This record gives sequence, structure tokens and C-alpha cells, in this order.
Amino acid sequence: MSENPRLPPLLLLHPEDNIVVARRDIAAGERVELDGQSFVIPAAIELGHKLARRALAADTRVLKYGAPIGSMKVAVGRGEHVHLHNLRSDYIPSTTRETDGHR
Amino acid sequence: MNATPAPAMKGILRKDGRKGIRNVVAVAYLVECAHHVSRLIVQRSGADDVHLIGFPGCYPNKYSFEMMQRLCTHPNVGAVLLVSLGCEGFNREQLRRHIAASGRPVDLLVIQQSGGTTRTLNAGLDIVRRMRAELAKQVPVPMALNELVVGTVCGGSDGTSGITANPAVGRCFDWLIENDAACIFEETGELIGCERIMASRAITPELGREIETCVDKAANYYRIMGYGSFAPGNAEGGLTTLEEKSMGAYSKSGSSPISGLIKPGDIPPRGGLYLLDVVPDGEPRFGFPNISDNAEIVELIACGSHLILFTTGRGSVVGSAISPVIKVCANPDTYERMADDMDVNAGRILHGGELDDVGREIFDLVQQVAGGAPSKSEALGHQEFILTYKQFEPIGPACLPAA
Repeated sequence: MSENPRLPPLLLLHPEDNIVVARRDIAAGERVELDGQSFVIPAAIELGHKLARRALAADTRVLKYGAPIGSMKVAVGRGEHVHLHNLRSDYIPSTTRETDGHR
Repeated sequence: MNATPAPAMKGILRKDGRKGIRNVVAVAYLVECAHHVSRLIVQRSGADDVHLIGFPGCYPNKYSFEMMQRLCTHPNVGAVLLVSLGCEGFNREQLRRHIAASGRPVDLLVIQQSGGTTRTLNAGLDIVRRMRAELAKQVPVPMALNELVVGTVCGGSDGTSGITANPAVGRCFDWLIENDAACIFEETGELIGCERIMASRAITPELGREIETCVDKAANYYRIMGYGSFAPGNAEGGLTTLEEKSMGAYSKSGSSPISGLIKPGDIPPRGGLYLLDVVPDGEPRFGFPNISDNAEIVELIACGSHLILFTTGRGSVVGSAISPVIKVCANPDTYERMADDMDVNAGRILHGGELDDVGREIFDLVQQVAGGAPSKSEALGHQEFILTYKQFEPIGPACLPAA
């Protein structure tokens, strides 16, 4: 399916959110728009993954859809990938597995 | 929403007043030891409308017995052949009587009495042939949306599910409920984190409290089990926490008020939105609440679901015995890879498609599939089925305030 070039690659789901979601795979070094400002993506990010909308201190409640989805384990800078390595559940820890390169 | 003429739906009228959108002959094994013979009967019948269901355990269990009763008298089921080994604990005569009382043709083969595999197979093929001939004489009658029960489930969720497919199913649910259909969403273990928002949508404060208690029960159960309902593929697809997955899953429910909290086998008494509590009551006894997606689908079907809306991001291929499964694919990349398995490309929302358009496509497809058109998984022959041990207490009076 063809991409619509007018669509910004980062998606803000709710005005109160402190993360944005990648609308497609984005390469490292790609210049994108974040909150009206030009921003260079520091590391490649896959479709559906999250980036910090602004710098987030440790223990910050992360908001997606305007709702809390966990707390930061460590501080991250603006545009950094927010995932298992730095975000924890406030309910039950997530488990994962090794991957062999197949997603 | 613009009112366009709905495709004509037809159903087979059953004695209990419900209507079936399919007319399946179910071949049901009553213990794993009768599974192979039952499977042979289904395969050698050569008919797509002969489905295999069953329960593998040798020990009796109230939940699984009641589930088998509900499934064998589901409106999509026209006739049932029970296959027993002979020595298992399942109360086959009680099940047979229950099915007969529903007005359906039913027969029972006991392998130890029939003389083994080959004789049971041959007898089973004769019975299934006669049952199909009898069902072929039944004439469908018109069926309206307010006679339809639709369940929804998600499987292989990723970071796109909560943005595209799940809210699109939510729109479809809102329109179905406007037309007085009954819609069921489920997996309280995947709604952990949404309990307060959900409770605020309940039609009475008492029901709201029941919903919060039921999600607390799920959180406690999963904590004891040591795992949340969160698979590695969820994380690889961009989801990080259980509550994040929950918020995405929750949007399948749409925006209608919640009319009731039901348990597996409870049939919604009227149109509206219902939450199905799938987490067993009491201390964990038989393992994880649902070992995989089909265990949830079977419970939605036992609650009377005529068809299932299955949203997937990573790309599930499953269907189900008894009720057709419609696949709504959340992720545009997955859709490109697995289009043959997917009924709806909700991922196009990420490329600029409108949520309402996708919701409308699902709403139309529900009526087409209810009208007899096969879903993708149905046409591919997917008829997965799982039933395991569980225990439940009956729902309390606050759970169905409208009843």
C-alpha cells in the first residue's frame, strides 16, 4: 500500500501524552517533525514503537491515549526509544524472549 | 451513520428462539482417547460443515460440562454426534439428553461398545450423512441485527492494534448496539489498568463495582501465575507493558454503556454491550486462564456469539469451529505479508484511511458473513477448538442489572 507522503511519521495519540508512536519504520538519521520542530531520529525505530516526546525523568508516569501505561525505570532524552529497557509496568512485569532476527 | 440497506440476513430458527447463521454438524469427542476417531469421522465426511469439537480430560469438571452443553446447543449447530471411548468421567447421557431436549438430532457412539476404531468410524460416517440430509431440509428464515450476538477478541497485538483495528471494531460495536445487537468483549486479564474507566461506563454503580472487582481478581490471578497476559511478540511489535496492551485492547469495546458482566456460557439477555469475565474464580487450580486465543473464542461462542471479530497486529491465522471468525488486521505491513488470511485491512488508517470507513467495512462484513458469505479463515478451513479445565462461581445479581 502506498504511503501518503503528507502524513507525519510520528503519531501523537492524545494531547497529554509524553510519548509518540512510529507510524512506519523510521531509519536512524531521518529528519522528522516532532511537535512542530524538526528532529533527527537518533536510532532506527520500528512501526508501532514509542519515542519520548520530551525528556522524561526516572519514575515519570508514561501517558499513551492519555492514560498511564507504566513508569520510567531510568531517565531518557527527547526522541529516545521508550520500551522494555527503560519503561516498567505498574501492574505485572512483562516477559520476553530472545529473537534470532526474525520479528 | 448513514442508513444504507443492510444485506439480507437469514438464520435457522431453533427451538429456544435463537437463530443460527450456520447449520453445522458437530462431532464431539468426550475424552482425548476418542479424539482421533472423531477427527477421522470429520475428515472422511468430506464436508466443510462438519466440525470437530470436544473435551480432552478424563476427570469430570462442571465448567467444561456446561461449556459442552452450550456449544452443542449453539444456534449455529444443527445436529451433534457424541463420541465416547466408554470409561471416561464425562456425563455423556446427560449431555445427550440436553441436546435432544433442544430439538436437535443427536447420536452417541461409544467406541468400546461399537467395536473399535474402524467400526465406530463407519457408524459415525453413516450418522453424519443422515444428519446432514436432515439439516439440508431446514429452511432459513429472515434474521435481524437485534438477533445477532457478536464477540470480539484480539490476538498477536502490537503497537498498531490500539490505534487501528481495535478502535475500528469499537465503531462497529457501537453501530451494532445501536441496532440492538448483543456485543461481547472479554479477557479481563487484558483489561488490567482500564478498570476504573470501564466501571464508569457501567449502567449501574453496582455493576461498575463488580467490574472493578473482576479486574482485581484477574490481576491477582496473573500475579500468582507469574506472567501477565503479555507475549514476546507483543513487545517485539512495540508494546511495553500489560496496561499499555490493555488500553489498546479496551478500545474494541467502543463507547456504548456496559450492560452486564457475564461468565463463559452466560447468554446476553438482550442487546447491548457485555464484558465476559474469563478468569476462573478461587485460587489458581488448573493453570492459566486461557492458554491461547482459541480458548477465549470458544468461551465467546459458548455465550452465543454467532461470529467473532478477531483483531491482530502480528498476524494470527486462526478461525474456529462453530462460529466464523472475521480477521481485522491492525498492521499494514502484516496485511501485505498475510493478506490471504485477513478480511479487513485496518492498518490503512496509519496511511491516512478513516477510522469510520474501516468501522463501516467491518459492520457491513458482519452482515455479509451472517448472511452466509464465508470469512477468510472459514474458507481456508480453519476450525480450531480448545476446551480445558476451569472453575467458576455463578454471576451475582448486580452483574446483569437489565435482566
